[in-house]
Amino acid sequence: MNAPAYNFAYLDEQTKRMIRRAILKAIAIPGYQVPFASREMPMPYGWGTGGVQVTAAILGPQDVLKVIDQGSDDTTNAISIRKFFGKTAGVATTTSTTDATVIQTRHRIPEAPLHAGQVLVYQVPIPEPLRFLEPRETETRRMHALGEYGLMHVKLYEDIARFGHIATSYAYPVKVNARYVMDPSPTPKFDNPKMDNCPALQLFGAGREKRIYAIPPHTDVVSLDFEDHPFTRYRFDAPCALCGAGDSYLDEIVTDDKGSRMFVCSDTDYCESRQLAGHRGSESAPPHKERAHG
Amino acid sequence: MAEPQDPMQDDQPLLVAEHLGKNYGRLTACRDVSFALYPGEVLAVVGESGSGKSTLLQLLSAQLAPSAGRVSYRMRDGVLRDLARLGEAERRFLFRTDWGYVHQDAAQGLRMAVSAGANVGERLMAVGWNHYGRIRDAASSWLERVEIDTARIDDAPRTYSGGMRQRLQIARNLVTEPRLVFMDEPTGGLDVSVQARLLDLMRNLVSELGLAAIVVTHDLAVARLLSHRVMVMKGGRVIETGLTDQVLDDPREPYTQLLVSSILPA
Amino acid sequence: MTAMIDITSAKKTFTMHLQGGVELPVVRGVSFQVEPGECVVLSGPSGAGKSSILKMIFGNYRCDGGRIGIRHQGMVIDLATAEPRQVLSVRRTTIGYVSQFLRAVPRVATIDVVAEPLIANGIARAEARERAGALLRRLNIPERLWALPPSTFSGGEQQRVNIARGFISDLPILLLDEPTASLDAANRAVVVELIEQKKRQRVAMVAIVHDDEIRHLIADRIVDVTSFAAAA
Repeated sequence: MNAPAYNFAYLDEQTKRMIRRAILKAIAIPGYQVPFASREMPMPYGWGTGGVQVTAAILGPQDVLKVIDQGSDDTTNAISIRKFFGKTAGVATTTSTTDATVIQTRHRIPEAPLHAGQVLVYQVPIPEPLRFLEPRETETRRMHALGEYGLMHVKLYEDIARFGHIATSYAYPVKVNARYVMDPSPTPKFDNPKMDNCPALQLFGAGREKRIYAIPPHTDVVSLDFEDHPFTRYRFDAPCALCGAGDSYLDEIVTDDKGSRMFVCSDTDYCESRQLAGHRGSESAPPHKERAHG
Repeated sequence: MAEPQDPMQDDQPLLVAEHLGKNYGRLTACRDVSFALYPGEVLAVVGESGSGKSTLLQLLSAQLAPSAGRVSYRMRDGVLRDLARLGEAERRFLFRTDWGYVHQDAAQGLRMAVSAGANVGERLMAVGWNHYGRIRDAASSWLERVEIDTARIDDAPRTYSGGMRQRLQIARNLVTEPRLVFMDEPTGGLDVSVQARLLDLMRNLVSELGLAAIVVTHDLAVARLLSHRVMVMKGGRVIETGLTDQVLDDPREPYTQLLVSSILPA
Repeated sequence: MTAMIDITSAKKTFTMHLQGGVELPVVRGVSFQVEPGECVVLSGPSGAGKSSILKMIFGNYRCDGGRIGIRHQGMVIDLATAEPRQVLSVRRTTIGYVSQFLRAVPRVATIDVVAEPLIANGIARAEARERAGALLRRLNIPERLWALPPSTFSGGEQQRVNIARGFISDLPILLLDEPTASLDAANRAVVVELIEQKKRQRVAMVAIVHDDEIRHLIADRIVDVTSFAAAA
């Protein structure tokens, strides 16, 4: 059988060099969106083409790759990206957060603490946090350059005026290294505090928008807020129905057509590790209540 | 008796234009304009469409680079500085704090999809206000000052009438207590009754706040009501200048006489 | 000099560009002085240039020659050559003008129209309104009208509002253009009283009055402007 003649990790070496240069620049200027010549990938936009290109550029033969989608290792998207690199780079893959050296993610940061030497690669649909209010790219770039971020608070103001609290619950804007305001990709704001002073390197790739940005290890990442409406995490007020965890981000699962549901950890690796360690949940959820967690 | 507050006694000009000119290729939009504007002074620039008055406003507000001459502005620290030599950050900061710009079309000066409160509060947030309650209080007191029902504070200006939008635009500009406001045909496109109300409001605000203003208008009634001084422009040049009532009651130049005589009797 | 107003050889000509550049001489060689506490009445037939002279002293008409000296804040300013800013300053603190017709902003309440000159000179709104009210009452404008804009009033009422606005401030020079023209006897008497009061306050006044009786009552001196009429 003739194996297809892929270059290591699919992309050619020149492209990987170009992406690495963009990554280095992004690391040097935390939170700044670096333009790069995004390539066509053998998957549609919206399926993580930005993240895949970043991963391809940093992967080495010794790396151990984990891919999650909404916290889960076993969704179609996660499996196909994992298989993609298994085939084109021949790297080892894992579902264990702790064992992985490179973790590509869509919409979550794993519950288990990341450690030095790890790289977390985010798939980003829209990298520009100011776009909601200012559609002109020329103008938003200038605002970043001059540090004019009043507009970001306009969005939060609108939330409070309309809902009585800051209702933005994902893609919650942060200020990186006291300089650039950054969109953390559509991760729930529950995960925002994990970005702050994180020992792992965090890289963000937006394929369609052709932007790469980064948070180097141990960088200050502050969620924007008002003095009288401080940032709060948000979590369903229930333990995981499977592992009983009280500190993880939960998915709501509808179990029948009569309104029954349960809440389970969105991070499947975390949940399974806890179950293996003997933790048990109720497997049926109490009526859901919402509560802010500081 | 209290000592009269007379901002115009200040003999340091706020803005100085020297031999300003702007060419577009062979077309001269504006030529050799010089004047000084003092704190608290309202200057009207009148003339027909194409007379160069809008170009002049853009030159004065540093939105357009002059082909000749320069514009200087006395910053809050008292130093007169050439606008062309300000960094972009300084210029934009000036625009958000010490200057206001009222567009003829409110949609250009407002964020139409964002609530009135946030429209007014934006400049405050831009200068670092970080307390929602205080921002909202400031916004609502400004809505009151421009006679907008505070019950409408959370409505977007696209739901407002033309006159309300224009008043909201004024509130949005004045919230940082600028010293100079540029106005481009501020009453253009409004009904006559709405115009009267807006003019009256602007007149009061300008005198209460001691604002300096440069108002571009083709409407001599607006110039008479709002301004202390008027510049008449034709073909890119200033052809006559002086006290507003002097120029309008005793016009000297043929063109000014034509403009004044073209007003329909009330 | 001690005079509040000192006019020497002032000249005014209109050039009517729309009528083929016709030169319309109005006055020339206008020379007279007005001392503090004195009321000078300009006399002469209609069209002799009385109103034009008044407007020149106010800086409303430009002066084409000569000199219009005004004592302003302890100095003498020549209005014929003054900068617009200086003219405005003179109007704010030195010269008041009562015209025949009221030029008021629509929508502004009568009481505020009258109080405005005081507020512009830094007097608190409440006090300014109180003084405005007293003057309006004296000029027989019923209190129920105070909150309405004067544009809704009759001609005589509008003129009284105008007089109140002109007399309210404590300016050292007052120019009066037909202040009693459309007033009844009772209100004319009030205006005469107000002028007397201004004289006691050492205010220098220049007036145009057609009514002989009033002229005799207020004039300290009459300047006949016929001699200034520029030959056409």
